[in-house]
Amino acid sequence: MLIVTLAFTSPVVPALVSAQQPAEQQGEFLPAESLPQRERMPAAPLLISAYAFVMLVLFAYVFSLSRRIGAVKSDIGRLESEIKRGTRA
Amino acid sequence: MPKWFSQAAIVCALMFAASPFLIATSPDERDLGMVFKIFYYHMPSAWMFLLSAIVCGIASLRFLFQGDPRHDRLAVAAAELTVLFGVITLVTGPLWARRSWGTWWIWDARITASLVGWMIAWSYLIVRKYGGPGSDKLASGLAIFGMANVPFIYISVNFWRTIHPATTVVPKLPVDMSWRLWFCVTMFTLLYVLLLRLRVHLEQQRARVDALYLALES
Repeated sequence: MLIVTLAFTSPVVPALVSAQQPAEQQGEFLPAESLPQRERMPAAPLLISAYAFVMLVLFAYVFSLSRRIGAVKSDIGRLESEIKRGTRA
Repeated sequence: MPKWFSQAAIVCALMFAASPFLIATSPDERDLGMVFKIFYYHMPSAWMFLLSAIVCGIASLRFLFQGDPRHDRLAVAAAELTVLFGVITLVTGPLWARRSWGTWWIWDARITASLVGWMIAWSYLIVRKYGGPGSDKLASGLAIFGMANVPFIYISVNFWRTIHPATTVVPKLPVDMSWRLWFCVTMFTLLYVLLLRLRVHLEQQRARVDALYLALES
């Protein structure tokens, strides 16, 4: 019984171990001469999402920053005019 | 704002407008295919994330030892940019990883340390916003811890078993890929300088508001 169990599981165990092992670390990037069309398609949504996300986040931050600067500038204008009114009085 | 700011902003905007065309015409990578092109934005963002953490840490150290509020303003600005570039790095990285490693996330040394660094920067901003009196000095301590994390993030891929590409990939890049990468690094560095200057300007204006409130009360 033990021998039968081992005979059935022996090809499974190495397959499981290799599936759990992480891929090799890459030490360099090399250009591809050409890729089949099939290889290109799955990466496109990820690539477009990445660039769209970066542009969106940067625009949102610049917009937020300009709004905050505008709010502070109007506070400064209001306070300066109040101080001027106070000194005149 | 200084004279050079608007000129530099125009140059930066033009570089960002040109970069998609440069990247679209770059070669695909032999093993990673088209998804490799995320690298041209991911890597410069990561460098700005680490640079900003260092700027925040150094400014915080100077604020703690010298007490000059100008250093504190720089530290706040740098912390916010650390969060910004950190989120770009931590989102573009998994988009790459999904295609090249078959998983969105993996708890390896570099990625985990990067997440910790980003959370430290977030903590800095939360402490500054809700910490009350003395939060500036408390947050400065956090920033120094965040700066100490940066060398771990950078060298982790060289000394620990990790799936993340090593630092050797950059000097080994072929010319066709290399010049595009350095174009993007220049572009992101210019963007970082501009955003930092703008954010420091906001802090300076806020300090002016505080001074005006005090003048009004007196």
